[in-house]
Amino acid sequence: MDQIKLSAHSLNLYFGQKQILKNINIDFPKNQVTSLIGPSGCGKSTLLRCFNRMHDLSSDAKIEGSIKLDDLDIYDKKNSVTEIRKRIGMVFQKPNPLPKSIYENMSYALNIHQFPKNEIQKLIESALKESYLWEEVKDELKKPAVKLSGGQQQRLCIARTTVLRPEVILMDEPCSALDPISTRKIEELIVSLKKDYTIVIVTHNMQQAQRISDKVAFMYLGELVEFGNCQDVFQNPQNELTKNYVGGHFG
Amino acid sequence: MKKRLSRFLNWTILLGCTILVCLFLGIILFDIFSKGMSSLSWGFISQPPTKGMTHGGILPAITGTLWLTLITTLFAVPFGIACAIYLNEYARPSVLTSMIRASIRNLAGIPSIIYGLFGLALFVQALHLGTSVLSAGLTLGLLSLPYIITTTEEALKRIPDSMREATLALGATQFETIKDVVLPKALPGILTGVILTLSRAAGETAPILFTGVAFYINGSTTSVNQEFMALPYHLYMLSTQHQSIEQVRPLAYGTAVVLILLVFVLNIIAFYIRFKQRTQQ
Ligand SMILES: Nc1ncnc2c1ncn2[C@@H]1O[C@H](COP(=O)(O)OP(=O)(O)O)[C@@H](O)[C@H]1O
Ligand SMILES: [Mg+2]
Repeated sequence: MDQIKLSAHSLNLYFGQKQILKNINIDFPKNQVTSLIGPSGCGKSTLLRCFNRMHDLSSDAKIEGSIKLDDLDIYDKKNSVTEIRKRIGMVFQKPNPLPKSIYENMSYALNIHQFPKNEIQKLIESALKESYLWEEVKDELKKPAVKLSGGQQQRLCIARTTVLRPEVILMDEPCSALDPISTRKIEELIVSLKKDYTIVIVTHNMQQAQRISDKVAFMYLGELVEFGNCQDVFQNPQNELTKNYVGGHFG
Repeated sequence: MKKRLSRFLNWTILLGCTILVCLFLGIILFDIFSKGMSSLSWGFISQPPTKGMTHGGILPAITGTLWLTLITTLFAVPFGIACAIYLNEYARPSVLTSMIRASIRNLAGIPSIIYGLFGLALFVQALHLGTSVLSAGLTLGLLSLPYIITTTEEALKRIPDSMREATLALGATQFETIKDVVLPKALPGILTGVILTLSRAAGETAPILFTGVAFYINGSTTSVNQEFMALPYHLYMLSTQHQSIEQVRPLAYGTAVVLILLVFVLNIIAFYIRFKQRTQQ
C-alpha cells in the first residue's frame, strides 16, 4: 500500500455561482508522479491550484471540503499559507522567472524563509545540478534570468522550487510552451525528481502522461472520472469517457 | 474605389489636424523663445529681481517653484502610490472600491482654482499653516494625487499575475511580492506618470494663488512656512499686473522660457525612462 502524501476530500469549488470542481476525492501517493488529464476547461488547473491555496487571492472563489498534506489540513485558518507554499511548490505553464538575475531567482525564496546565509550558496548549486542546469549557467549566475532560453527558464523555475526542499511539487502543463528537446529534458528531470518529491502534474499530452506518470487521474467537467495506475488507465480504462479520451476521440 | 477614396480622405484629414496642432505648438514656442531668449543669461537665473522688478533675474521664483515641487512630491507621491497599491493589489472588487475609483476620476476633473479655494480653507485656515510654501505645496499635492493614483494603478495593472504568482508560490507574503517584484517591475511606468504629473503641477497658478505665492519676497525661500515666489505666477504678474508692462515684457518672456525648459527637462526624463523600459523588454 502506497503512503499517501497529499489528499483531497469532498472538494467542491465555485467561481461565483458556477461550480467548477464537483466532489473531488483523490489521494496522491508519496514519491510518485501523478498526472491530471482531461479536456481543456475541465478544471485541472483549478484543482491543482487548490493544493497550494493559489485561489486565496481571487475573491469569487469558494472552496468546500478539505485538503490534507500528511495530517495537516491546509485550509485550516491556523496554518500559515506561506509555510504551506514552502512545503508545496508550484511550477507554472509559462516560465515565469523573476525579473532578477539567475542567482537571485534561486536565492529569493531562501532569503525570505531565512535560510542561514552560509548555506545558501551550496543549496543553490545542488538545486541547479539537480535540474541539470548547473553546467549551463554556472559561469553566468549574474545574468538576468529572462535572457535564458524558454527551456532553461522552465528548468530554473523548477530549480527555484526544489531549492526550498518542498515535499510536493505541483506542475501545470510545464512543457506546453517548450520545444520537443526542452520538453524531453524536463520530462527526464521530473522522473528523476520523484525519488525526493511527490509530484502532481497537469498535462494535455497523452504520450507525456504515459512516459512519466505512475498514477493518472482523468477529469471531465469538474469531476474526477477515473483514477488509477498509469498502465491501467491507458490500457484498460473502466469508464466510457476515459476510454474515448485516452483513445483520442475527443480532447 | 469609393472605399479607397474615403480612406485617403480620412487619412488626409487626420494628418491635416495633426499638422495643424503641431503648427500651433511650433508658433507658440517660436514666439516665446524668440522674444525670451534675449533676456536669458546667467544673471537672469542667478539673481533676484531689482528696481521694482524691471531689472535683475528670477532666482527666487525658480527656487520657489523647486521648493513647491519638492513639497508636492513628498506629499503626493507616497500617498498616491500607496493608494494605488491598495486599490490594485489589496482591495477586493466591491461597490466601495468602484465608488473610490469613480471619485478619483472625478477629482481629476475638478478645476484647479477649486483646489486653490479648498487649500485656502483647509491648510491655510483650518490647519493654521498660513499662506506658505507648505500650504501651497500640499494644495498642489491634492491636485496631483488623482493623476498619480491613476497612472500608478495603470502601471501596476500592466504587471501580469504570473509575476505575482511566481513569488507567492515560493511562500512569499503578498507584501513581499509587491515590494520585491511588482513595484520594481512597475517602477518605470510609475516614474513616468509621477514626473509628467509633477511637471504639470509645477506650471499651475490657480491653486497657489490663495495659498502662499507672493508677488515679491525679499531674498529666497528658506523655510516651509514662508511665502514664496513661483515661475507661473511671476509670469502672470509681469505680463498683466506690473505698472510698466512694456518695459518688463522681455523679462516675462524670459520667465516663460525658463518655465518651459524646466517642464521640458522633466518630460524628457520621463520619455527617456519609458524609452529605456521599452528597449529592455
Ligand atoms: N478565475 C476564474 N473565474 C471564473 N471562472 C474560472 C476562473 N478560472 C477558471 N475558470 C473556469 O473554470 C473552468 C476550469 O478551468 P481550468 O481549471 O483552467 O481548466 P483546465 O486547466 O482543465 O483547462 C473553466 O470553465 C474556466 O472558464
Ligand atoms: Mg489549465
